[in-house]
Amino acid sequence: MATNVQIPVEDRRAPVIAPGHTFTTVTDKISNIVLKRPISIAWILGFLIVFSGMNMLAMALGYLFFKGVGIWGINIPIGWGFAIVNFVWWIGIGHAGTLISAILALLRQSWRNSINRFAEAMTLFAVACAGTFPLAHMGRPWLFYWLFPYPNTMNYWPNFRSPLVWDVFAVSTYFTISLVFWFTGLIPDLATLRDRAQHPWVQKIYGLLAMGWRGSARHWHRYETAYLLLAGLSTPLVLSVHTVVSFDFAVGIVPGWHTTIFPPYFVAGAIYSGFAMVLCLAIPIRAIYGLQDFITERHLETSAKVMLGTGLIVAYGYGMEAFMGWYSGNQFDSFLMWNRLHGPYRFWYGALLACNIFIPQILWFKKFRVSTVWLWLISFVVLVGMWLERFIIVVVSLTRDFVNSSWGMYYPTKWDWMTFGGTIGLFLTAMWLFCRILPMISIFELRQLLPEAHTHEPAEVKR
Amino acid sequence: MSASFSSPIPASPIYGLMAEFDSAQELVDAAFKTHQAGYQKIDAYSPFPVEGLAEAIGFHKNRVALVVLIGGLLGLMSAYALQYWVAVITYPVNVGGRPLQSWPSFIIVTFELTILFGGLSAVFGMLALNGLPMPYHPVFNVPEFKKATENKFFLVVFSSDPKYDPAGTYAFLQGLSPRMVAEVPS
Repeated sequence: MATNVQIPVEDRRAPVIAPGHTFTTVTDKISNIVLKRPISIAWILGFLIVFSGMNMLAMALGYLFFKGVGIWGINIPIGWGFAIVNFVWWIGIGHAGTLISAILALLRQSWRNSINRFAEAMTLFAVACAGTFPLAHMGRPWLFYWLFPYPNTMNYWPNFRSPLVWDVFAVSTYFTISLVFWFTGLIPDLATLRDRAQHPWVQKIYGLLAMGWRGSARHWHRYETAYLLLAGLSTPLVLSVHTVVSFDFAVGIVPGWHTTIFPPYFVAGAIYSGFAMVLCLAIPIRAIYGLQDFITERHLETSAKVMLGTGLIVAYGYGMEAFMGWYSGNQFDSFLMWNRLHGPYRFWYGALLACNIFIPQILWFKKFRVSTVWLWLISFVVLVGMWLERFIIVVVSLTRDFVNSSWGMYYPTKWDWMTFGGTIGLFLTAMWLFCRILPMISIFELRQLLPEAHTHEPAEVKR
Repeated sequence: MSASFSSPIPASPIYGLMAEFDSAQELVDAAFKTHQAGYQKIDAYSPFPVEGLAEAIGFHKNRVALVVLIGGLLGLMSAYALQYWVAVITYPVNVGGRPLQSWPSFIIVTFELTILFGGLSAVFGMLALNGLPMPYHPVFNVPEFKKATENKFFLVVFSSDPKYDPAGTYAFLQGLSPRMVAEVPS
């Protein structure tokens, strides 16, 4: 009681920021990537590659709008195909960004501050890619606004009992909130860029975006409240988005879809693939831009652990699906499990189990969690695995449902592959530009992590 | 303009006096002393949120949370009201005799719009209460203020403060041992 015994705790983990940094070095290092670093030949060549990928999307969509969805491999009974597979995959990838920015902010995880900015950017671009698919899948995308409730001469209103309408609200809310959350985080850093830019036009553009931010103590006070509340609001939002996406399946009666495990299993899968994408991007970015001081071994290892944890939840989901196939005694559910293991798509199901469950288990070993090459490869495998999961859920259930006469097969066409590859091009083009136009790490939050940022109460406080 | 900085006595209407500090702790201490000395209209500027700084200048509560609560409730009520009006009043669809007012189905859109309105209120409410966007502000007239978004800390006493007097306040700020004290032209 009388003595306050301090037990020394040794932290063997790598630091969140490498030692020796000051406010100036942190600011210089990150803002110089935007303001000073020259554009290299490699950057231009890479940009040309990803930009041609984006143009492939424009071509695929242009031809789709000209000919109609018949150019895709979809048919009856497989009406969903690649469009929904890719939609669910991209939306899932976005989830890691919001998880890092919102949930880890509420949990006061200081390691999030180095990766939240580009993870949030990744969320935005992934949701934009995701949104392309349902729009294109509509067949008449120019009438997309019929999804929203608005007074019209047809005297028509959307059916609010339909999961597809829920999806519209969930995804558009998710995109809007992710955008304002990201922009709110950017405001103080845009002011930094405004004050450091040399070229008058660059100053004006960042100045306009920073909206006259001057770092007043009153402004920071309101800013921090607003940011905390946004994090609090985004936390249930991110959990709800993939839940609502899973309702698109779970509310239907198709075998393999109509299960109560879908919402948590989808959310865990989303975070799993999202962290895999964060690592796939962070590992090359930190090497190219020399950001090893801010994105340290600690960040990579912690992300790998999150991946391992969510991967195990996903594995539990697969196990539960198999168990229910047997335990329910329902012939359609047991047939679905048989069909996954032995049906025409058995090779893909085997690949899914390998990519999502077996290969990632090597993350139990620290050696692989801290090796950038291994971690990148495993993350890539997880991304492939999660894409296969969406493919299996959508396609295997639809090809063989209740009545044999309505069975079919699904073969994606070159236009399906071009659209999918094109969204990857769009995503990478956006990331390519983002890295050079905006600070990809939150500068002011890193300043806050430095030891000299900590203050104690003034000496003469009278209470 | 540069000539007016060197003189502690203002020649033209000025916005206030600005003191520059090297560390967050110095700024918190200086802001606290200035507030204790009876200055009311003061503000402090830092390149990141400094704990205790707003309290040191006497700013304890902001109304952002209230704005978000109102926004969230508005979203909640308008979403449910819209769905009720559509599904029950203006466009009733009889699905096998099930109730038109099927509230469990309406929860999701209600939830999403609560978050949407609450989140937008947080951002726009914060900006509006902060008076942003504000493209011009007198503090930007001081060249050293560029460092306020990098590594320097500033304290400003506005000339509108009742206790403000050009020479006395200048001497007071000098007593806080800042790097420099400058006049802020309005």
